[in-house]
Amino acid sequence: MSETVPTSQLSAVAPAARPVRSVWFLRRLNIRGTLLVGLTLLAIILLVALFAPFLAPYDPIQQDLSAAFMKPLSAGHVLGTDNYGRDELSRIIFSSRLDLQIGFISVLFPFIAGSVLGVTAGYLGGKVDNVIMRIVDVLIAFPFLVLVIALMTLLGPGLRNLYIAVGIFGWITYCRLVRGETLIARNLEYIQAARTIGCTNRRVIFTHLLPNVIAPSLVYVFTGIVQAILTGAALSFLGLGAQPPTPEWGAMIAEGRLFLLQAWWMPTLPGVAIAITGIAFSLIGDGLAERRG
Amino acid sequence: MIFVLFGVTVLIFSMIHLVPGDPAFLMLGERATNQQAAALRHQLGLDQPLLLQYWHFIFGIFHGNFGNSLLYKQPVNGLVFRRLPVSLFLAAYAMALSAIITLPVGLWAATHKNKLSDHLIRAGFLFALTTPSFWLGILLILLFSLRLHLFPAAGYGITLSDHFKSLFLPALTLSLQLSAVLIRNLRSGIINTLDIDFVRTARAKGLRYRTILITHVLRNALISTVSIFGLQFSDVIGGVVIIETVFAVPGMGQLLYTSITARDYPVVQGITVVTAALVIVVNLLVDLSYSFLDPRVTYE
Repeated sequence: MSETVPTSQLSAVAPAARPVRSVWFLRRLNIRGTLLVGLTLLAIILLVALFAPFLAPYDPIQQDLSAAFMKPLSAGHVLGTDNYGRDELSRIIFSSRLDLQIGFISVLFPFIAGSVLGVTAGYLGGKVDNVIMRIVDVLIAFPFLVLVIALMTLLGPGLRNLYIAVGIFGWITYCRLVRGETLIARNLEYIQAARTIGCTNRRVIFTHLLPNVIAPSLVYVFTGIVQAILTGAALSFLGLGAQPPTPEWGAMIAEGRLFLLQAWWMPTLPGVAIAITGIAFSLIGDGLAERRG
Repeated sequence: MIFVLFGVTVLIFSMIHLVPGDPAFLMLGERATNQQAAALRHQLGLDQPLLLQYWHFIFGIFHGNFGNSLLYKQPVNGLVFRRLPVSLFLAAYAMALSAIITLPVGLWAATHKNKLSDHLIRAGFLFALTTPSFWLGILLILLFSLRLHLFPAAGYGITLSDHFKSLFLPALTLSLQLSAVLIRNLRSGIINTLDIDFVRTARAKGLRYRTILITHVLRNALISTVSIFGLQFSDVIGGVVIIETVFAVPGMGQLLYTSITARDYPVVQGITVVTAALVIVVNLLVDLSYSFLDPRVTYE
């Protein structure tokens, strides 16, 4: 009995049990419009990141001072070179690995922690809810970036500390989204049924509620990834994120800013890469949100 | 409200204690001697009992005393409050520009739904939202300062008109991202409001479309946009920190940047306290403004 209720809820989403050919499966997912464009863009970016060593024409860190400040479309350097004569295209390609990593890792902990805290607060209510929401109230009072910068000044620069700082403060939105959804779902019949037959709180929360209230949080993950990449770039720009000579888009913009007059392409092109990546994730997020209606 | 203020002070206070490692060595670097570290611990009061430290911290905040900067050897409050007006000017300027951009563009996009101009506007704000503000700033410098020589690329100026001119590009950079969110919200607000019955009534009694749009639809659609506008203040302050670095504006952001590099934690802490206090005050004002905008909202 306890199993039938959530299964019937989920059956609309889950693919049919009978064997289907892979192409059919894709068609059944019915991916169109913004979502399709976003997914295609992301697939291309992921492929670029995956095959970076094969796609990049040069070593991204190897300096060649004789080839410094070459303009885009120069022989051998499609996007030009920087002040150390490093190939811009190769650096941008290799950066995609790091920036995607920043995007994914920074979102992972906030998503899990925020969703679990949100569903727990929303379902249990009372003191637990009060404590969690007061913590949220306090964290919201800070400008996110200032708080992250303050913590990173103490922790020291570097990617590991960036993940820690963003992770500690980034879960709030997920928590609020899931809590809001839980407040509605907790009064629905299938939850009451689960409680009536004596499911423990943990079972109700994790097997019954969470799969049904996670959707908005999951959609927000894509916005979160964009924000994480932008935050990572901003921190690298301030010298707190990726450290030279590691190629990272934000750090590349920061380096290029010093050569604005000689080499406009140095700060400009990495930003285009961030924009394309951000647009890919945003389109996926928008597409998923549209589907949810 | 009181609880939030209390929580904010506890969080800022405890940050330095929760970080692994000795805070004195974190600030002085690995090569510092034990005597130097002990002296710094004494200077920061870290050698006192925790509760006493917290008492001094709170006492200091209420007296505008955030300790001394390690880099400038000056009181932090002087350093911060000297730069605060510059940052607030920039924040207000950016928010004013974003309001000026949002209203006409949002109205246009909503009334030309799914036309080419609407798609272009939406593409524009998607772009603005997915690019780093400091990069947009650099593009604007390249275009308006270095190519067209219309605005200065950096600085703050001396007179008020100087300020307006010098801060135009940084304010515009920030406002592009702010208005991207606002336009999106206003557009859907107007589109949704146009479907409500009172609009049909207004049309039936023969009001001009423009009158309906401005006096009936816009007023209703603006309620949620204005609340977002107020809540954006927190993002603006975060953005100001970065943008001031790009445009060499002598505000809090630039101070924060030098303090990060020098690991001058007392200054970073002071700036965190001040920005949090600003955000709390502005959010309170936003809450209070609801009843002014929407007569249905009352405060008992």
